[in-house]
Amino acid sequence: MSVLVDENTRVVVQGITGKEGSFHARQCIAYGTKVVAGVTPGKGGQKMDEVPVFNTVKEAVAQAGANTSLIFVPPAFAADAILEAAGAGLKVIVCITEGIPTLDMVKVARRLEGTDVRLIGPNCPGIISPGKAKVGIMPGPIHTEGPVAVVSRSGTLTYEAVFQLTLRGLGQSTCVGIGGDPIIGTNFIDMLKLYQADPQTKGIVLIGEIGGTAEEEAAAYIKANVTKPVVAFIAGLTAPPGKRMGHAGAIISGGSGKAVDKIAALEAAGVTVVRNIGELGAVCQQTMKF
Amino acid sequence: MKIHEYQAKQLFQKFNVPIPQGGVASTPHEAYQVAEAIGGDRFVVKAQIHAGGRGKGGGVKVAASLAEVNELADAILGMNLVTHQTGPEGRLVKKVLVEQALDIKQELYLGVVIDRAQARPVIMMSAAGGMEIEEVAARTPELIIKEAVDPAVGLQPYQTRNLAFGVGLDPMLLRTASGFIANLYKMFEAYDCSLVEINPLVVTTDGQMLALDAKVNFDDNALYRHKELLELEDPDEMDPLELEAKKHNLNYIRLDGTIGAMVNGAGLAMATMDLIKLAGAEPANFLDVGGGASADMIANGFRIILSDPRVKAILINIFGGILRCDVLAEGVMEAAKKVNVTVPIIVRLEGTNCEIGRNLLGESGLNFTVAGDMLDAAQKVAALA
Repeated sequence: MSVLVDENTRVVVQGITGKEGSFHARQCIAYGTKVVAGVTPGKGGQKMDEVPVFNTVKEAVAQAGANTSLIFVPPAFAADAILEAAGAGLKVIVCITEGIPTLDMVKVARRLEGTDVRLIGPNCPGIISPGKAKVGIMPGPIHTEGPVAVVSRSGTLTYEAVFQLTLRGLGQSTCVGIGGDPIIGTNFIDMLKLYQADPQTKGIVLIGEIGGTAEEEAAAYIKANVTKPVVAFIAGLTAPPGKRMGHAGAIISGGSGKAVDKIAALEAAGVTVVRNIGELGAVCQQTMKF
Repeated sequence: MKIHEYQAKQLFQKFNVPIPQGGVASTPHEAYQVAEAIGGDRFVVKAQIHAGGRGKGGGVKVAASLAEVNELADAILGMNLVTHQTGPEGRLVKKVLVEQALDIKQELYLGVVIDRAQARPVIMMSAAGGMEIEEVAARTPELIIKEAVDPAVGLQPYQTRNLAFGVGLDPMLLRTASGFIANLYKMFEAYDCSLVEINPLVVTTDGQMLALDAKVNFDDNALYRHKELLELEDPDEMDPLELEAKKHNLNYIRLDGTIGAMVNGAGLAMATMDLIKLAGAEPANFLDVGGGASADMIANGFRIILSDPRVKAILINIFGGILRCDVLAEGVMEAAKKVNVTVPIIVRLEGTNCEIGRNLLGESGLNFTVAGDMLDAAQKVAALA
């Protein structure tokens, strides 16, 4: 199985003629992903390598049969790009763009509320179902197909985790970076729900960081609903309060968002929390006996 | 981005959010003149630094005469103000805000923040003004009234009524309070704020509502559409190395330890800091060079880490995805040529082109130790700490 993306995924890349967009579209194609269209307003009719470029997502859906969007549009225009994809009827939208104003995302979240559109990100590495499809910017070769699902707020930390899993023979079902911004389309709980229901997934790795209370909410959800083993890591035990640690959402403010509280909540929910990121692979190997 | 209280109050004024009469001063004489223009016989002199807890630290004083304004301004300007938010090194006070002292009947709290879970701005009001709102939230959460704003329709009048009646405000003040809240919210939206906080919001004995204090933070991601706000940034409030890093588009935050770190990705950078601590040392900084760093950016990052005299060793931890390890190695070698590197460097490279990167560094003749994985890197760091 795997979740969200697989061999039936047909990707439209919004912003495909830009530097990032074209580079990563090629990487996705090289991995075997079906990139069926690109969108750059005003460049409709052109081609990026073999990929037809359209002026609108609507055209890309109608003419190329795209069912998933991957967005590389600059921050000032990215919220509009997400809404365009949703307006064109796409159900899986992956937004890589970092730096979207929070109030723009407030509007996007409002528009998507109560719909069955699944937005991943923004400010995220995307989704990969190893061996099937890569809809994102993660390095493909470190992944192998298998039973462990990964969900993470960080990009490179996800790669680190995946790399350790692969080295120890633990392949992955689906890996999702949900993004480092304060307002994101898909949270830990959304992914835990999908992973719990996915027959390929036998164990789950959850990687959180300081800021907000998403990990605490995930802990409560795990306690009540998740029967598969969960191993977690929380970054930022040594982060000082009031400082934004790279990600817009990674900030301890008003006494909330601390790593210690997140770790305590997860452990209370029966999750194995790794303190040293270097031990993540080994701990997964011990915890996840399939 | 943070701004000073006096700057926040200037913005309040533009949006018809009432503030006490007052003005900012850089010298005791200017402070005297501001007070003279206000008139009356009681004034407040407030140190202008970004940190909270100024009153407890001795940065906010009441004067009973113009002469005393002069005296207090003289004492506060140039003082090194230490509060629970500045750290032990404190912050140099360069400006004071001089305001009329008010006859206060009631102190309230009013704030607007983004609620992540609801993905909406939330207005919070509490009758427990003047206290730390976090403390109120922890001990007596029922005293905080909250209203989330639906972006599809905007703030509605009933919500301002819920807030005003919810905190038990005198019904005679309802119109005043509703207007106050609505105007403050307009400002929050207009400037893409991430936080607006008035603590305390006061009701005077003659029935006015005024923002006695003002804290405003802006969403850095939205500053591109508010260029006029950029000039409000006070470089004196920033660490010089952080300021330098910002110029080169690097995410650098200075910490108190001795082990410098250069990492790609915010999450991995935090995890690396934590790893240094676990190994028994203290991180000297957070540095995320980003996913697509150039050799030039790497070189600048390396130079900035090295300009911190406390740094005894450097851990470079790169998981090459988009950022290739050979690019990283070239950047580090480039920087090492320009700067005299006197501290040992531990390098852990993994991912895209890691072999080429390791070889480049190994053959560079510089003092590098190559670590196999994160665990090995941590142990090698511990040995140096």
